[in-house]
Amino acid sequence: MANKIRVATTSLAGCFGCHMSFLDIDERMLQLVEHVEFDRSPITDIEHCTNCDIGLIEGGVCNSENVHVLREFRKNCKILVAVGACAINGGLPAMRNFIPLEECLNEAYLDGIGVENPQIPSDPELPLLLDKVRPIHEVVKIDYFLPGCPPSADVFWKFLTDLIEGREPALPYDLVHYD
Amino acid sequence: MTKFIQDLAETHRYQSTHLLDILRSIQTHYHYIPEAAIEQLAELLKTPRTQIISVVEFYSFFHLSPHGEYEILISDSITDHMLGKKSLIDYLSKKLNVAVGEVRQDGVVSLDNTSCTGMCDQGPAGLVNGHALTHLDHQRIDLITDLINQQKPLNEWPDNLFLVEDNIIKPGLLLNQSINQGSALQATFKRGLKETLSELEQSGLRGRGGAGFKTATKWKFCSEEPETLRYVVCNADEGEPGTFKDRVLLNTYAHQVFEGMTLCAAIIEAQQGFLYLRGEYLHLYEKLQGILEERRQAGLLGNNILKQGMNFDIEICLGAGAYICGEESALIESLEGKMGIPRNRPPYPVTQGYLDKPTVVNNVETFMAAASIAINGGAWFANIGTEKSKGTKILSICGDCARPGIYEYPFGTSIQTVLDDCGASDVLGVQIGGPSGTFIANHEFKRQLAFEDLATGGSFIVFDNSRNILEIVNNFIHFFAHESCGFCTPCRVGTSLLKKQLDKIIEGHGSAGDVVALEELCQLIKTQSHCGLGQTAANPVLTTLERYPELYQSQLKKISYEPGFDLDGALETARRLAKRNDAGAHLAQVEEES
Repeated sequence: MANKIRVATTSLAGCFGCHMSFLDIDERMLQLVEHVEFDRSPITDIEHCTNCDIGLIEGGVCNSENVHVLREFRKNCKILVAVGACAINGGLPAMRNFIPLEECLNEAYLDGIGVENPQIPSDPELPLLLDKVRPIHEVVKIDYFLPGCPPSADVFWKFLTDLIEGREPALPYDLVHYD
Repeated sequence: MTKFIQDLAETHRYQSTHLLDILRSIQTHYHYIPEAAIEQLAELLKTPRTQIISVVEFYSFFHLSPHGEYEILISDSITDHMLGKKSLIDYLSKKLNVAVGEVRQDGVVSLDNTSCTGMCDQGPAGLVNGHALTHLDHQRIDLITDLINQQKPLNEWPDNLFLVEDNIIKPGLLLNQSINQGSALQATFKRGLKETLSELEQSGLRGRGGAGFKTATKWKFCSEEPETLRYVVCNADEGEPGTFKDRVLLNTYAHQVFEGMTLCAAIIEAQQGFLYLRGEYLHLYEKLQGILEERRQAGLLGNNILKQGMNFDIEICLGAGAYICGEESALIESLEGKMGIPRNRPPYPVTQGYLDKPTVVNNVETFMAAASIAINGGAWFANIGTEKSKGTKILSICGDCARPGIYEYPFGTSIQTVLDDCGASDVLGVQIGGPSGTFIANHEFKRQLAFEDLATGGSFIVFDNSRNILEIVNNFIHFFAHESCGFCTPCRVGTSLLKKQLDKIIEGHGSAGDVVALEELCQLIKTQSHCGLGQTAANPVLTTLERYPELYQSQLKKISYEPGFDLDGALETARRLAKRNDAGAHLAQVEEES
């Protein structure tokens, strides 16, 4: 089928929990792929995204590579979506924001119990850590936010079907309250 | 210390409602509130220690860690900035050898900023151990530095450092005619209480704090409550930046203000009154206590007032640096010795106020006007002003004008008239009603002072064309983020987000959608906040965005988006630790077009 909606997904400083929750739409995936084609995503192994309609980003921004990936998505996706608590607020990885980065790295690589051959990794292949973990909307423009840790499968389903059917996405209250 | 705290608690009869007073004494004595004192107070006042800690943390003037023996606070009001506050505090910081926000290593002095201290007509201003300093300049700072380094006690400092002027420039109906002690009460008893209330009704007097509720109606509602224990509270927590008229009224017309409170007590049959005086006006405390004592001696307070069988007395409570306590229900919470968090309304204070008893809370100026009306009658007052705003309004005028000070005008006076009188020229705009009010531009000066047009609690700040509107707005927005009480999320989080978003635009990191995002945030804070602070906190942005949209747009970059922080700078620590400086160890602030 031509003119399928092209969707890309990625996880930055996240745990892939949001992706797992997305897969929980279960058999509805079959309905979805009638309208949707996956571009760059952990479920396709395509390395770079091109000309996509929707980009789903899980996780916050913790290092320079996250910044590059996020920018690639922004450049190639018409609609960019922050998925889950980490993308929206920094989430669990942002708990390190209360500890200076130098202390974090010293503890992990120099002073921690059981560290052998202490040294801070410096291979140019490795991305450098930002001093603080940031929500993604502080680095690029984000069009929509899907709250939740993780957002439920129904949230993904409602959001994507709204977009596919040309409606302004809206999440009813029972999908976004958690107590 | 155990004995000190024990004695203190005993003096205050172990009343937890006196917590603020007790903490103030401890803070003055130890320059902070020690943990052990909190433990002991919890026992003595039968109050959870966490509640005491929350009160200490809530008020700016209490600290959990030691501050200097001399604690210097410099007023951060926009008017102080216009008088060169920034370079002065830098100079002071260098002279005293202490960074802003820190305590000097020897523990002798600490330095910080504080919200407007109400000395806008004689700034740059500050506080030393709570006592007001005015007209600060290099010479005075040199002197202060010497006094501190010699560790001279405050009572040996030269008086002129603490001189606070009234600067009454244009008195009107109320200020021209100071009343004789007791004459308002005599007139009231002679005419009859009911009859005096109806004179007040006829006068059309509305609350002078800004909201403008009819005074007679408020008093009537309170007097009709079935509960017999009732209270009168005078709101002298004059925290709106740019306002200082209540300071002058309490300095020079205190008798009349207290008389207005006593008059109210007679009408609503209250036995106890409170003057809630903002902590920044500590310099008035002793003087006001003296006046209360004088009135007791004269039979105008205490038992059997004027031999009419009326019993009423007034207590003065000092605030501790919280703007929110100017909101009447937060003020009542504070009077009860708690954090100043606004209550849900209704019930309003007239039905459930102090200790849940019916309470009238009015502004200083309202009580003063009520006393004059009791003598001169309702028509005398109602003859002046507009249809919906009767009488006069006392303004505190400051900023770019030749004669800052106190002015009194009939309602309905045009802004242009006021500007002409105070000697303002080349005016860019005027902030009416303080940061929570309205910014009006120079083509709107035909507008009037009145509840039906421009309402104000008294703040009137003039800006000339040399001023930068965005800097003004930024000062106000930072003020609200600092003063948010933290109770409701739209205000606590919203005012901080607003501060960050505005900083981003002003610092030049803004791009296409950022002004829209700014406005959306403003609407959210305005519509979702719990009390007046949040509901008005976005006004500085909203009122200037409406008038100068191009000013905001011109700050934006012609790109779709830019981060509001230094992206490459955020890698600096990691770069240093990994000893790297290759191309991969850097990030461009904005993605390069390819």
